[in-house]
Amino acid sequence: MQPETARFKELSRAALANDQLQRSMVATGPQFVLKRAKARAALPEFDDLRNAARDIKNHVLAHLDVYLEKFEARVQAAGGHVHWAETAEEARAIILNICAAKKARLITKGKSMVSEEVGLNEALEGAGHTPVETDLGEYLIQIRNERPSHIIAPAVHLRREQIEADFRRVHTDLDPARDLSHIPALVEEARRVLRQNYLDADVGITGANFLVAGTGSAIIVTNEGNGDLTRLMPETHIVITSIEKIVPTLEDASTLLRVLARSATGQDISTYTTLMTGPRRAADPDGPEEFHIVLLDNGRSQVLGTEFQDMLRCIRCGACLNHCPVYQAVGGHAYGWVYPGPIGSVVTPALIGIENAANLPNASTFCGRCEDVCPVRIPLPRLLRHWREREFEQHLTPRTVRSGLGAWAFLAKRPKLYGLAMRLAARFLNWRGRAGRIASLPLARGWTRTRDLPAAQGKTFTELWRERQK
Amino acid sequence: MSARETILARIRSRLPGTEAARRDAVELHLAAHGANLVPLRGLGDGDHRLSLFTRLMTGVGGSVETVETLADVVQAVAAHMAAAGLPPSLRKGADTTLAHLPWHRAPGLTLLSGPADPADHTTLSLAFAGVAESGTVLLLSGPDNPATLNFLPELHMVVLPASRLVSCYEDVWPLLRASQGDGLMPSTLNMISGPSRTADIEQTIVRPAHGPRDLHVIIVVGA
Amino acid sequence: MPRVALFPTCLVDVMRPSVGFAAARLIEQAGFAVTVPEGLTCCGQPAFNSGDRKTARALARRTMTALAGFDFVVLPSGSCAGMMVKHYPELFEAGSADHTAALALAARTHELTAFLVHIARVNNLASEFPARATYHDSCAGLRELGIKSEPRQLLKKVAGVTLMEMEDAEVCCGFGGTFCVKYPEISTRMTDKKVERIIASGADTVVAGDLGCLMTMAGRLKRLGSDIRVRHVAEVLAGDYATPPLAEDDGDAA
Ligand code: SF4
Repeated sequence: MQPETARFKELSRAALANDQLQRSMVATGPQFVLKRAKARAALPEFDDLRNAARDIKNHVLAHLDVYLEKFEARVQAAGGHVHWAETAEEARAIILNICAAKKARLITKGKSMVSEEVGLNEALEGAGHTPVETDLGEYLIQIRNERPSHIIAPAVHLRREQIEADFRRVHTDLDPARDLSHIPALVEEARRVLRQNYLDADVGITGANFLVAGTGSAIIVTNEGNGDLTRLMPETHIVITSIEKIVPTLEDASTLLRVLARSATGQDISTYTTLMTGPRRAADPDGPEEFHIVLLDNGRSQVLGTEFQDMLRCIRCGACLNHCPVYQAVGGHAYGWVYPGPIGSVVTPALIGIENAANLPNASTFCGRCEDVCPVRIPLPRLLRHWREREFEQHLTPRTVRSGLGAWAFLAKRPKLYGLAMRLAARFLNWRGRAGRIASLPLARGWTRTRDLPAAQGKTFTELWRERQK
Repeated sequence: MSARETILARIRSRLPGTEAARRDAVELHLAAHGANLVPLRGLGDGDHRLSLFTRLMTGVGGSVETVETLADVVQAVAAHMAAAGLPPSLRKGADTTLAHLPWHRAPGLTLLSGPADPADHTTLSLAFAGVAESGTVLLLSGPDNPATLNFLPELHMVVLPASRLVSCYEDVWPLLRASQGDGLMPSTLNMISGPSRTADIEQTIVRPAHGPRDLHVIIVVGA
Repeated sequence: MPRVALFPTCLVDVMRPSVGFAAARLIEQAGFAVTVPEGLTCCGQPAFNSGDRKTARALARRTMTALAGFDFVVLPSGSCAGMMVKHYPELFEAGSADHTAALALAARTHELTAFLVHIARVNNLASEFPARATYHDSCAGLRELGIKSEPRQLLKKVAGVTLMEMEDAEVCCGFGGTFCVKYPEISTRMTDKKVERIIASGADTVVAGDLGCLMTMAGRLKRLGSDIRVRHVAEVLAGDYATPPLAEDDGDAA
């Protein structure tokens, strides 16, 4: 799907006016926050583990070339194939080739944000394959032809009534008399339909949360078990993932796993954590016969060594979305592409160009809650600010903002003139006040359309202070 | 240049230090198998590990029972299946520990072996280890304990010798290296912490999603 | 007597001098000599947050010069204090003279309530203020400077103040500097959530340490017709109930 990031303002306005979406956000957002807080409180070492997690990822990034080679060699030694993709297009081509060679019809898929990033489903469909998402949330958005609105809870924007309607529309064999008014019935119905898909699939495609260099293992975590059925049942398993997912050892993976689920869902660990190393062995009675890993770059290596490098530590836990007041107000779709929320506003400009995503880094109050909860301590506000700097340097900042800022800076560098201007402003903003407030001000419509402006007290502090000192 | 070469070259051009120094640092780090900060919560004696494991596993909807000896597993399995109202047919792999259990003590039970069949209601596996800190069982794929047993049935039962119930993940990896060889892994290693679930609709937790409805762990105190 | 430079901040300077005077009185009562240095304008945060590092640097240099030579620098704002403590050093290359000066300034700079608690070690406040107050944690004060208990500790010492915690006191009010005019709809939604929490707390006064947040909350509360009063923490601590609350024209009855 083409990025719609340029439409952020428009999309966010629509999101604010969407009652159904607002109800979903209000119902789910606080739950994520509460669950994480409980999990954190239950583990005294949690914040220290975040430091350790950050350090591991920094170590990996500083040695990324060697770790990638190590990982590759281990996968190959275990009988797997490793493919490198510089761009989204290359990643799609590699996977289409494998699927064509396997004459795949039905393809089951585990949840993967990288798959969303490269637009894999569209490509598979275009080539005549039938991809079926098996993570419940991903399945729901697939049948609605939507993007995920959250990186770990793709369908968090939906309510049960919509899902019931979708099932009745898409599951043509569904008995119209069946009661689907409660959530367990909806889950049961999804289980029924997806189970047959697992059994019939020719190829299974999953993502990976971590890649262990020392063992050549790709790790996926799920609560549903869909990732495992996607790996185990078809003849061929493809992992699509990106180069920054490396961790050195199982010990290091342990540390990251400890902070991942707690940050994401407040669990001590996800229900299923699976280490997948190559295809089935000669004596194995089950598991895939062929195993492929596609390592996507897509702009990531260009971030190394820049002021944005810290973003590559991200483990896609979603905590920054859950704690972001902007995300919680507008939901994920307003961001217009694959990765929403604070991390999305940092990553998206790196992947599709700041000129195509200029709104995103600005749609933040820098409240800092994201950085406060990030398990790998990514300084998200700082990275957003760095994007604003790039915009400013490249003259992408809107003209009105630039000239306003210029005029203000001109004054602020000249204290005498500034003092005069402020004295005038103080008087004007006092004179316009009625009952202590200003209901409408031509140059500040952005403010006064929805709120009053408290009137100024009449003189500036500086002039009053100097008067008193005399 | 291939994509591989291009990507690696770009990464190299952007990293500080020399490639040789990086190689040394990586070899050192991989060989050390160094543990990072390990939370205290799992550390403690067998009783502590057992009670923490039980609390966490039951807390996420799994069930745990303890038996004294391996031989007692047979009755425990049969009783649990009967209580769950499931047909008396049990699938397991070729694991010798499980094979040598006195299955004759459960005469009504039909034993099936091999990977799971979608029609299977109940399966049985032997855990490689259990971890107290998060209430997790670890299972290795292969002919002994095929990985499909962990996902296709309604009820998955796991036998865990108490001697293999360790404090933390870091206690498992040396055992794994000892059994597989350094850097080597089974095709699939499952860490399982409760029955399958989803919260994808309105953040409401529902069990099961795609995997087993029930996970029952039988801990053998004397094994 | 140790010398304190009071940096009123640009918003207090123009909009609400009473906050500056309240702050000055509190610092003086704690035994410090207050000076308002010449040459101060704005700390440069708007430029910094808009990606204009060059202007931010120029203003930081000016501010550092104006504030040189004082034992302490105190601001009635977590956001501007955060700018000076956390971000000035980021503006200059490590090792440069400016960087050293920025670090030195950062070490001497304090948000008002943190200064009163940690430096001045204020144990008693003679003031009185009739209010059932709820405290909103401004983002920068809370997350850049770790200010959480300080204002509450002080408010409890004011006769007549009852503290009532609101839910989500730590969640942003929607101000965000230029954010509130660039994305007014999102900002207003955030403020509305905050307003809901304020009302639910049962308080009659909402207190915070940053004028930007206060103007945002007051502006929305008044537009919605609420009679909840909005006050800077310095005014409450100094017992200045005679000055009308934000967006009102009458002082509080004693
Ligand atoms: S940036 Fe941090 S909090 Fe956000 S998804 Fe990534 S790891 Fe999680």
